[in-house]
This record gives sequence, structure tokens and C-alpha cells, in this order.
Amino acid sequence: MTRTQEVAILGAGMHPWGKWGRNFVEYGVHAARAALADAGVDWSEVDFVAGGDTMRNGYPGYVAGASVAQALGWTGAQVASTYGACATGAQAIDVARARILAGLSRVALVVGADTTPKGFFAPTGGERKQDPDWLRFHLLGATNPVYFGLYARRRMELYGATPHDFALVKVKNSRHGLANPNARYKKLYGVDEVMASPIVSDPLRLLDICATSDGGAALVLAGADFARRRTSRPVSIAAVSTVTPRFPNTVIEMPNFATDSAVAVAPPDTPFRDSIARGAYEQAGLGPEDLDLAEVYDLSSALELDWYENIGLCKPGDAEKLIRDGATSLGGRIPVNPSGGLACFGEAVPAQAIAQVCELTWQLRGQAAGRQVEGARIGLTVNQGLFGHGSSVIVKA
Amino acid sequence: MPPARKRVPAVEGWFTLDEAAPALLGTRCKACGTYHFPKEHFFCRNPSCAGSELDEVPLSNRGRLWSFTDNRYAPPPPYVASEPFQPYAIAAVELAREKLVVLGQVVAGTGTDRLSTGMEMELALEPLYRDDSSEYLVWKWRPTS
Repeated sequence: MTRTQEVAILGAGMHPWGKWGRNFVEYGVHAARAALADAGVDWSEVDFVAGGDTMRNGYPGYVAGASVAQALGWTGAQVASTYGACATGAQAIDVARARILAGLSRVALVVGADTTPKGFFAPTGGERKQDPDWLRFHLLGATNPVYFGLYARRRMELYGATPHDFALVKVKNSRHGLANPNARYKKLYGVDEVMASPIVSDPLRLLDICATSDGGAALVLAGADFARRRTSRPVSIAAVSTVTPRFPNTVIEMPNFATDSAVAVAPPDTPFRDSIARGAYEQAGLGPEDLDLAEVYDLSSALELDWYENIGLCKPGDAEKLIRDGATSLGGRIPVNPSGGLACFGEAVPAQAIAQVCELTWQLRGQAAGRQVEGARIGLTVNQGLFGHGSSVIVKA
Repeated sequence: MPPARKRVPAVEGWFTLDEAAPALLGTRCKACGTYHFPKEHFFCRNPSCAGSELDEVPLSNRGRLWSFTDNRYAPPPPYVASEPFQPYAIAAVELAREKLVVLGQVVAGTGTDRLSTGMEMELALEPLYRDDSSEYLVWKWRPTS
């Protein structure tokens, strides 16, 4: 399906990532006000609020859309709250975009914010023996880094990746994030420092694994007609992919204990992670060769290498060559994570997919001071939420 | 001498308590043969199968190591971590007959330095944690050689 109608991104705003220890609503309101100011849109003009739910590992804690709308002051705007783990923000964007394209809403605010605990993400309390997310911690101690470690080891076995390659990703992202005012970590790391950090889940070290952070991100979206009255050169959303896996999914997925069985049906030609960006490319009528930059979900440094292949920047097994050659650094053939990525932000779950789109917006407007991809016209985000949630957004200048 | 603790599964119905040759318990769709672990009882997850009758079956208790990692730091609750914490490995093992990959802890004392992908692994039972009355067992993977 190629969609010719596009939804404009009129404004983007964020609350800086950190460990601030405040209520998530405050970060959401800060980000929302920044996005509205950036858009030149008054809150009273917003007729739809899409909130990314603030939760702990799979199960609801708070309702997001209405919480932020109440804090901004009730206006009667319609509301939806979505949850898709790390992919939450993409679903919020998708709901807002679909309503605008359907003519049901004129101006939408998309917002996500999170306040995170210290240390590993863990399920909320209680005994829930029907909940796979609770059980994976109880029976296996399978934290998120355990799954990242399994993927990283697999990459080493299949393609000869080394911990040195993983460290190169962290070093590259740490350089990218130095000038980003919203990044939490602004420190340039060297390979030796990364490789001297303690192993958390073999082969991954502390500095290979993203932290958990507080933060908030927001976008103001509008249809083409409204956008033309506010700006002469809007950036627009060309695709939003929120695909689920196809059966049988043969790569172990958080928080599961096992993969699907491939006894009755052969595995699909396009594995889940590959299908996420492919869904976006098909909607936009674009391909990886059209990209000027990408923001990918580097939950671990090793996972960033997987994404290079999953979004089609290179063939399986060639990602190590891209990072070693500097192709994905600023100034390289296809810069990846010019924001600094999760390596510099840490993860604020319901805000993160929205923050990826904020970065593309600023890059495509030429406003990414200190980390600008020169002449960027087309960018792609990709991420994946546990339980089988794909997330990819293509933004065009 | 204090009375011996009862040996009970940490989760009911996921594996047999046959200490010599334990097996994970899954289900298999009568219509298409797809295996499920943990068990599905009411539906088959194959999208082109409308099967709703699933038999409980033991899964193969041997397989090949697909990937592995470990925990060098104690996982948060609801994991009951030993004190002092002993790092342990976690394995993803591919079962040939069922064509699926299943996770499990690796038996105590076998670190990642003794693992390599492709090696044969077999199922074992070991205590996950203890309280005053019981020892709670969980399945683990162990290299066959």
C-alpha cells in the first residue's frame, strides 16, 4: 500500500533525559508545551491527544493521555492511550495519524513520558503465575540484558562479531550524543573504557547496555491543509509500521520462554525484525537506499549491529564492516543514531519511539546543532517492544 | 536431624519430576502437530489451523545450544537470589523434533566458559530456592559431555 496523503509534524519537543525522580506527568507536560511552542499551535487548538502509557514491564501503572491532558488543562479534546512496550510511542503516533488522515481530527498532540526505577526493569509486585513477564524473572532471572546477551552471542557465532565491534558502537554513539541537549550521558568513551567495564550478561558489558531513564517526548501532528497555514516547509510522516511477527517466530522474543514451533509451518522468508522496517518502506514507497539517516533501538551495542541488517543497510553479516569503516558515523555513508541513541539517553519506554521521531524532525529541518546530518531529507526510526510489537516511522522533508 | 524438605516444582505442570530423566511438558495440536511451550490448552497458535484439541506431551529432553549468556549480578525479585549471589548461565536450546528454542538456566557450576553453540544439552532438575518446608525445583540445561 502506498499512501500519498501525508501527515505533517508541526512541532517536536522533549524533556531532557535523566534520573530526575519527578512524576512522569511533569516530563510529559514539559515536552508537550515545547512541542506546541515549536509548532506555533495553541493547546486549545488540539482536538486529539494520543498518550503512550507509562507502565512497568507489560502491565499498566498509569493512564497517560488523560493524565497529561488534565495537567495541560481539560479542553474536551478526544483522547486515546496506547501501550506496546518500547513500541508504545509509535502506536500513539499511528493512532493520531490515522485519525487525521480519516478526517476525524485536525490537530493532534502525541506525548509519552516515563519515570524509571533504579537498576534492572522488573515486574510490579505480587505473585502472578499466569504472567509470562513475571515468570521469566521468577523462574529464570531472565532480565532484559539476558535476552540482549543471547542475541549478541548469536551474532558472534553466526558472523564472527567481537566485543570490540560492540564497543565501537558505544564509542560512536557517545561521540554523537555529546552535543545533544536532551541526552542524559554526554561523555566520550573510548574502546578500552567500554571493554574494561564489568560484564553484566556475557558477552555484554555495562557500557554495552542501555540504562533506564526519566524523560518525555511530544509531537504536534496535523493534516496537510492545516500545516500549510502554519509553515512553508513542514516535515511529514511518510509511514508508520506497527507490525507484529508472522508465525512461526523463530527468534526468542522477550518475555517468552520459547519460540514458536516450526513443525507445521516453515519460518517466514522475512523474520520479524526485518519485517518492521519493511512494513514502513512499503507504505512509503521507499527503500533503504533512500535513507539519509536512521535512529535505531540500541538497547545494546550489539543489537544496533543487528538493526543495520534488519533495516537493509547491509547484508546479514556485514554490519561489523559498517561500524569498523565508520559508515554509520556522522559524516559517513549512512549515519545511525546521530542523537546518540539509547547509549546516550537510556530508555524512557513510552517516550522513546516519539523521541526518535523528534530527532528525525530536527535533523530534516537542519536544526540538529552539533550532530547535523548535512542535507538530510529522509530518515527512518525502528524499534521493537516486548510481546511482539514492531515500530518504524519514516519521516520526509 | 531436621525433617527433609519436600521437593516441589517452582511452577505447577511445566515439567515432570522424574529426577533421572526429567522432561518439559508442552502441548501438541492434534490437527497440525504444532508444539507449544508453555502449554496452550484452548487454541493452536498456527494462524492457518483452527485446531482446539491439544494433547499434553513431554518435550525432547536433549537439544543443541542455540545461544547462551549469564547473570553476573543478581536479578531483581520475583527472582529469589542466593546470598551471596552466585553468577549462573542461561541457555537457549533448540529441540530438533519440536523445531523450537526453549530457555532455561544452566546447572550450577557450569559457566559460559564451558559452553559453545551447537553443543548437546540435556534437561536436569535443580533447586531454584528453598524455604523452611520445601525445596522448589526448576528445569535446567546441562552439557551432555
